[in-house]
Amino acid sequence: MQTITLNGLTKVYGKEKIPAVNEVSFSVDQGELFGLIGPDGAGKTSIFRMLTTVLLPDGGGATVNGFDVVKDYRQIRSSVGYMPGKFSLYPDLSIEENLSFFATVFNTTIEENYHLIRDIYVQIEPFKKRRAGKLSGGMKQKLALCCALIHKPTVLFLDEPTTGVDPVSRKEFWEMLKRLKAQNITIVVSTPYMDEAALCDRIALMQDGKILSIDTPANIVSAYPDQLFAVKADRMYALLSAVARYDNTINSYAFGEYAHVSLPAALGQEAAGAALKNWLAQTGLEALEVFPTEPTIEDCFIKLTMDHLASAKN
Amino acid sequence: MENHKNGRGEEVSIRADKLTKQYGDFIAANAISFEVYKGEIFGFLGANGAGKTTAMRMLCGLSTPSSGSATIAGFDVYKETEEIKKNIGYMSQKFSLYEDLTILENIRFYGGIYGLSRGELREKSAALIARLGLQGEANKLVASLPLGWKQKLAFSVAVLHQPRIVFLDEPTGGVDPVTRRQFWDLIYQAADQGVTIFVTTHYMDEAEYCNRISIMVDGSIAALDTPHRLKQQFGVASMDEVFYQLAREAKRADG
Amino acid sequence: MTQFTTFIKKEFYHVLRDRKTLLILFGMPVVQILIFGFALTNEVKNSKIVIADEAKDEVSTAIIRKIEASRYFEIEKAVANRQQIETVFKEGKVKVALLFPANFSKDLLHQNKAQVQILADATDPNHATALTNYLSSILQDYQSELNENQAIPYRIVPETRMLYNPQLKGAHNFVPGVMALVLMLVCVMMTAISIVKEKETGTMEVLLVSPFKPVLVILSKAIPYLILSLVNVGSILLLSVFVLDLPINGSLPLLLAESTLFIITCLTLGIFISIKTASQQTAMLISLMGMLLPTMLFSGFMFPIENMPIPLQVISNIIPAKWYYLIVKDIMIKGLGFEAIWKETLILVGITLFLFAISLKSFKIRLA
Repeated sequence: MQTITLNGLTKVYGKEKIPAVNEVSFSVDQGELFGLIGPDGAGKTSIFRMLTTVLLPDGGGATVNGFDVVKDYRQIRSSVGYMPGKFSLYPDLSIEENLSFFATVFNTTIEENYHLIRDIYVQIEPFKKRRAGKLSGGMKQKLALCCALIHKPTVLFLDEPTTGVDPVSRKEFWEMLKRLKAQNITIVVSTPYMDEAALCDRIALMQDGKILSIDTPANIVSAYPDQLFAVKADRMYALLSAVARYDNTINSYAFGEYAHVSLPAALGQEAAGAALKNWLAQTGLEALEVFPTEPTIEDCFIKLTMDHLASAKN
Repeated sequence: MENHKNGRGEEVSIRADKLTKQYGDFIAANAISFEVYKGEIFGFLGANGAGKTTAMRMLCGLSTPSSGSATIAGFDVYKETEEIKKNIGYMSQKFSLYEDLTILENIRFYGGIYGLSRGELREKSAALIARLGLQGEANKLVASLPLGWKQKLAFSVAVLHQPRIVFLDEPTGGVDPVTRRQFWDLIYQAADQGVTIFVTTHYMDEAEYCNRISIMVDGSIAALDTPHRLKQQFGVASMDEVFYQLAREAKRADG
Repeated sequence: MTQFTTFIKKEFYHVLRDRKTLLILFGMPVVQILIFGFALTNEVKNSKIVIADEAKDEVSTAIIRKIEASRYFEIEKAVANRQQIETVFKEGKVKVALLFPANFSKDLLHQNKAQVQILADATDPNHATALTNYLSSILQDYQSELNENQAIPYRIVPETRMLYNPQLKGAHNFVPGVMALVLMLVCVMMTAISIVKEKETGTMEVLLVSPFKPVLVILSKAIPYLILSLVNVGSILLLSVFVLDLPINGSLPLLLAESTLFIITCLTLGIFISIKTASQQTAMLISLMGMLLPTMLFSGFMFPIENMPIPLQVISNIIPAKWYYLIVKDIMIKGLGFEAIWKETLILVGITLFLFAISLKSFKIRLA
């Protein structure tokens, strides 16, 4: 069953009618953990706002739980949970006061749905008298999630819940999402971190209001058409300039301590790697390491962006 | 300036020795010691509240240490703060350019601050705009640029006066992977030309790009090495996991 | 209903936990009343006076000596005639003048009644009234001394002329003015800011995506400020009655009812501003420049409306504070009943309904 459907959803801003969301279509199944992956300005927040009915689409349409986001906004508003980009809490209210306020606004009480938030709430409960403004990023994030869950929503929209939060809290947060998924809550989450993509059931890679690709993380990775090599040398800048000059290079870029170089699959793995290493050695680079590597979601994103840019030019 | 060399003959750009900052009972930075070499990209990592900002402020000459010593480009952080400021550049993700000025006006403004002459300014701003491929955009407001371009421009402006050291505060959060690479290309290029790059960040994927990394936990440096060796040492595949293991035990870190 | 009360409770937390707001909210009325009540009341002491004695007779000399002896006045200059007074005034040092006409004592002794003229620089109305009052009382003193052994009393009739501001509007009428000002500030600015703050922090987004009706979000913001403003009205009235000795001459329930009406007008205005703006800064600027300044200028509390050019007089009619100011003055000072102020009340109701209608029309259940 499809919980969310988007059909050519479009949002434009300003006098120039610049599209922030450009004819986006996809659907999310019941109980799925769906990720919108993309940088700032990709259109993630606009999509969230249209799906949660706080923003009107300029074209196309969408449904949540079978309700239309324009006509049936009341039904959607009472059945979804939403955590906007910044953790929207009242900084001058305590943890407890924030939670009970949002519970009341949604016509419920903390006690009624405590089982839903218990796992998360127990971690911040020792500080329940503390004002939300004095909490660390990780604790704010947990409280905001509790507030979004307190009315037992069927669909949860989380807009960049892990941005600006330290790695420890990020990891804990994804574990919480997995547990929520087990309770059959449909979750749509957005993130600029490519490494979080692998934690979703399915992902949509987004750039400039368009979807570059939409599939399971594993399928996106296996669809990577080229063969990828990781290269290391004594001088990074010289290495990057050298691999960019290499004839067979399709794309090359820094990737952590390595440079990633994609070469045509037709060349054959061993031959391609050896040829690249030989060529680099001739440029005077030392301490060379060249080995084939599995593409990550980030490599796929770069590949898709480059293709997108190239097709936009033609 | 006399040359400061270490045992291996590398020129030292930043040297901190038991640098400490104390606010009342609270020790924000506790006897931190490290060296950064010329042309190195040095990552300064830590969760929010671990003491990163405090340490960086001391190194930039914005705050006087409580004890310990440090030299930046050979200048003392206690006595020669004015000299330090002339020799460093600074860029932060939050603030760097004026949105309501044009690209050219921003470049001229920052060049003017560092006392570049009219001729130098004209020459350098033309070169900078050409290098970034912004010829058509030079008279547009910075507000109208995409985030990635703003960051590239901000970095170029920060190195306009040819500083010996550039401090970057969480420079590439939120940009797309391609633009981020273009940004790092600029950093690698600057480092290749001998500029020392000091990056503070809590984004671990940014850390992977640095030559060496120090990780601050609760005001002290908990680890300092190349990303490769740190990952080996902790037996993990990414810096994220290295950080996770270190920060899990933190008392006052963000969590 | 629980939703509504929770909302109001939350709003009180916001107000009570923000020390700065609290200070403005309750400190401001007190400070304003005290400033207007004391600091701006002039105690007359050694004020410079110019005297034109065209009579130069026994009586005028005696009065001049009496003035000289008082601690209130200091004779700056004695000039010969009326024309010279004006020249002295223009120099600006002297704020009051006294003129004895040529046949002063003759009139007094033969007709038992004579006139003197008091001229005052009324650019500062409070000060001018104070000076003329003191001067009149000196004349009164002299008169009663003369009359002690007289069958038919002599009467010196001072003819007072207020220069520049003949009607002397504004003097001592500051309490109604301060009430209008404070209510305007609290209701308009605080309400607007508190709503816009929710937009800024993103909590408005969460509230919109809830079953709670968006209109109720806004309305429940207004209730706490209505209550707080009534507390302010109370504190201002208590201060004016017990500290400034300014009694409430008319009906107190009527005054409170009219104040509630004005508060509702202001709240609607605040809500309207909050609907139209997206940042606290803009909301504050609009409230201050667009609301507070016109209130000071056009309510008639600081500057008399009658002296303004016609276009400004017309503008003053759309300032709610003007009507409230008139109402409070009528009830508090003149002691008049509802029959005297029904017209002003009706206008206020009209303005409120208008604001409410356009607020409702521009209110959005979405973000943009």
